[in-house]
Parts: sequence; structure tokens; C-alpha cells
Amino acid sequence: MTISLGQYIPTKSVVHRADPRTKFLAMIGYMVAVMLIETFIGYGIATLFVISVYLVAKLPMKYVFKSIRPVIYIVLFTMLINLFIHDGHTVWFSWRFITIYKESVFYCIKIMLRVILLVMGASVLTYTTASTSLTDGLESLMSPLKIIRFPAHDIAMMMSIALRFIPTFADELDRIVKAQMARGADFDSKNIIKKVRSYIPVLIPLFVSAWRRAADLANAMNARGYRGGEGRTKYRVLKFTLIDLVMAIIMILFISLIVILRILL
Amino acid sequence: MRKPITKSLFVLVMDDYIKYENVSYSYEYDYEDSEEEELNDMNVPRSISYAVKNISFSVKKGEFIAIIGRNGSGKSTLARLTNALIQPTEGKVYINSKDTSDPENLWNIRSSVGMVFQNPDNQIIGTTVEDDVAFGLENLGVPSEKMKAIIDEAIHFVGLDGFSEKEPHLLSGGQKQRVAIAGVIAMRPDVIILDEATAMLDPIGRKEVMSVVRRLNKEENITVLHITHHMDEVADADRVILIDEGALLATGTPKELFSQGDMMRKAGLEVPQITRLFELLRESGVDLPKDVINVDDAVCILEKIIEK
Repeated sequence: MTISLGQYIPTKSVVHRADPRTKFLAMIGYMVAVMLIETFIGYGIATLFVISVYLVAKLPMKYVFKSIRPVIYIVLFTMLINLFIHDGHTVWFSWRFITIYKESVFYCIKIMLRVILLVMGASVLTYTTASTSLTDGLESLMSPLKIIRFPAHDIAMMMSIALRFIPTFADELDRIVKAQMARGADFDSKNIIKKVRSYIPVLIPLFVSAWRRAADLANAMNARGYRGGEGRTKYRVLKFTLIDLVMAIIMILFISLIVILRILL
Repeated sequence: MRKPITKSLFVLVMDDYIKYENVSYSYEYDYEDSEEEELNDMNVPRSISYAVKNISFSVKKGEFIAIIGRNGSGKSTLARLTNALIQPTEGKVYINSKDTSDPENLWNIRSSVGMVFQNPDNQIIGTTVEDDVAFGLENLGVPSEKMKAIIDEAIHFVGLDGFSEKEPHLLSGGQKQRVAIAGVIAMRPDVIILDEATAMLDPIGRKEVMSVVRRLNKEENITVLHITHHMDEVADADRVILIDEGALLATGTPKELFSQGDMMRKAGLEVPQITRLFELLRESGVDLPKDVINVDDAVCILEKIIEK
């Protein structure tokens, strides 16, 4: 079984080469900006912006839809609920107790656009940043918190180990399921309770093995001289380059445009 | 993989690089609370079971040592004592005349004694091959700009050029173990311990790993402690240490040990098939030497006998 870590798509664009910290902060800035948008003009600008980011990052357009797919049902559900609940003045449609207002239709479309834009933007980060540099970036961003004894290094190390072990555990899960099937376990039951119960003999061995692996790994880390973040150097050095500067300027322009639109309109 | 000259001169003067002095270790005995416990258990003499019992021997720089013994005989405990993962309950272990039970020496010892474990999946820390090799260097505090060259050299040495950016779970078992070895040799150790590092590999993976280990020993003069169940790997060693029930049973060259088939069997081990064959032939009256441990030698001897 081969699983690639995260959703990283290595197209080697400028966005890929940017510092993960810049990308992370840019993503947060973008998200705040999207939350501020209230007009359709604003949504139009944001959509154009995020699509051009996809183009610059050389991401195939099908990934735009791929990123939205997991949230599409949630979006549709909230839209439907809001369509009936939200109040307005101009009645567009009325049948018995159902009344749909013009304002609520617009409101729903805006909610949909907002969620889709947020997810599309956040996906750019995971599409263009390898998990290792993402954890490195987070560690670096969190490091000022070390003053208040926040364990930034330890959390980043845990995250990168967790990412490293995902494929290992996926393999193991597969093996245990097959082993239990060979012993007559039934995983195809339609009955939901039976189905959940049939996974208990899978999860227990998986947990036991996770503990054993953790002990082994701790030993191996110790043997290679690991002693926490103190005095440790990094192989991958994060550098603020011209790309990051350009990216930061573009982001600031985008956010100011959205803010100006919000104030004017 | 050159070392600074001063260091190697120092090593030349030192005769025994690793020295075990009456080493015992018990997993039950918690030495930190020992005083307290002695007070509590004054009247109840506790019998402690030892994983390693009163072992003394020493290893010279550049030696290739094979450590053999059945499961649970204390081989792995001995390995872990050697790079200060655990400290002896009694006795002392010295690495390059540094005491492993002194916390001051801990990091120094761990960087000069590298260890490769049995399960390749549970010792790779990095998300890519180069990140994993870098792990030890990062711990040592090697400057970032110097790492790339060292990492490339280590990856080249184990024959994994072009694999730098691969994710470890996409590699074969033998390749993963070679990544682990690369991670160890990047730290430029003097000793490398293989704790059943070949046990989970297929024959091809074992061959790959063993050829890297042999080159490390011959070309870089790195001391090797190889713990194994495969008797064909033992045949290459300069010296074999046989351990049973935590105690040192015998030590000698592979030929010396394998010629004592009865002792080996008593310790729960088998001699190589060819040695066993010669043993059986001897028992049925053929005049054959005792110390034949590889097939090529055996063929020579048998050809001579047949020619007569």
C-alpha cells in the first residue's frame, strides 16, 4: 500500500519555494480578509485572487474541486437551513408554510462562497508545502512562545513523527484487518453496531503495537543523541527570500483592497 | 570519513576501546531508589534476576565482534549497556576509557557508539531519507550549512544515491536498514552496534546490509559489534562472544567456537550446516578437521580426500 503524506503536490512553483512561515501567515491573512467580505464584488475579487494563486502555483484546476469536495455536503446543508430560517423583506416564493425571501437567497450564496473560498485558500498551503517544512515553519512561528515555556520544539517534533508514522500504521491496520478476516471476523455486516464492534479486535492490536513502536522509537532517538530542542541545529534552514517579500506585498495589497471595499460599499 | 588526526593517535595509544568490567544488569533493580529499598526490605533478601551477569571482556579499535546467544540470553541488554542507553547495576562499562554510568559522558558516548536496531520501521525518525540521516547531526548541533555534504557522503556510502528525497515507507527492508546505518555513520562514530539488525530482512536485504557493515569495518576502521542469529554472518567476525543466560560462555574466533559443536548446542545455537556435516562425517569415521566453517574450504578438503 502506498499513501503519500498529506496532499502535497510537487509542481516546484514559486509558491512551493516560498518560506512556509510566509505561506502560513498569508493564509491566515487571507482567511481574515475573506471573513470581512460582504459584497458580491468582494467575492468576485477574492475568487479571482485565489484562482490566480492556483495558476501561479501550477496546481491543476481539478484540485480546486478536489479541495472543496469534502465540505460540499456541509455547505449545501447550511445553505438549505439558512434558506428557510433567514428572514427578509422581498418574498420571492411562497407555498403553504414555506416562504423564501430574496435576501435569504443572497445570504445563502454568500455563505457558500465564503466557505468555498476559505477551503480553497487553506488547501493552497497543504498543496504547496511538504509536511516537513510545514512542521518546521510552525515550530519557528511558535518559538517566541518559548518565553512562556510553551514547548514549541516538542510539539513540532511530535507532529512530524505523527506524520511519518501515518503510512506505517495504515499498513499495519491493513494487515490486522486481513489477519482478523482470516480468523473469521465479519467486517461487511450491514448492522452498524455489529460493524463498530467488529473493529474492536482491530483497534486493540493497533494500539498495543503503537505503544511498542513508541518505546522502540524513543530508544532509537536516545541512541542517536536526541535530548530535546536545546542546542539542536536544523538541517532545513528557513530563509526569507525575495519570493516571500513579493508574496507579503501581494497579500497586503489584497487585504487592503478588501478592507477598502468593505468601508466604501 | 576521516577523523581528525589527533583523535586517531589517541585511539592508537588506547589499547582497549570498549571495556566491560564485571558488568551485571537487572531490569528489576532500580538503582536510583536502592537505598530506600534496602531499608524497607532489610529482612527480606530479594533475589534479583540478572539479564547480564558478571561479564568482563574488552574490544579493540577496529575489531569485528559477533555476539551470539539464544533469545533472552542478554545480548540486547549488553548492546544497550554499551551505548549508555542503560547503566550497569554492578560493574563498569568504559568506552574509550569513559565511564558510561557518568551522566557527563552520556552524549559523548552516544555519539561515538552508534546503534542500529532490529525493526527498520521503528527507528526511522525523518519523513524523508535525508531528513532521517540529518537527525543525529541535528542532535549533535552540527551547523546547518555543513550537514548537506556529510549527509550526501553517508547516503553514498550505503549505496542509496538518488534516494535522498524518498519517503522511508516506500523503501525495502534492506534499504531502510541502510538508511539507519547512514544515519549512524553520519555522526562519525567509532563503534557501530547492530542489534539483530538483519533479523527482519530477506536474504538480499541481509547481504546488502552486511556488505555495508564489512566495508565500514575494513575501510573506515569502525569497530563493529554485530548481534545476530545468522551463523553465516558470524563466520566473518574477528572474534565471537557467546552468551547464555546473561553470562559469557565462550569467546574466540569463529573457527574455535564452531569446532565445539556440543557447547554451541548447549547454548541453544546451531553450528553452520557445513560444520555440522563435517561433525557427522567425523562421527562415522572420516578423518576431517574440526574447524571448517565455510563451504569453499569444505569443498577443497573434500576434493583432496576424494583424490586420494
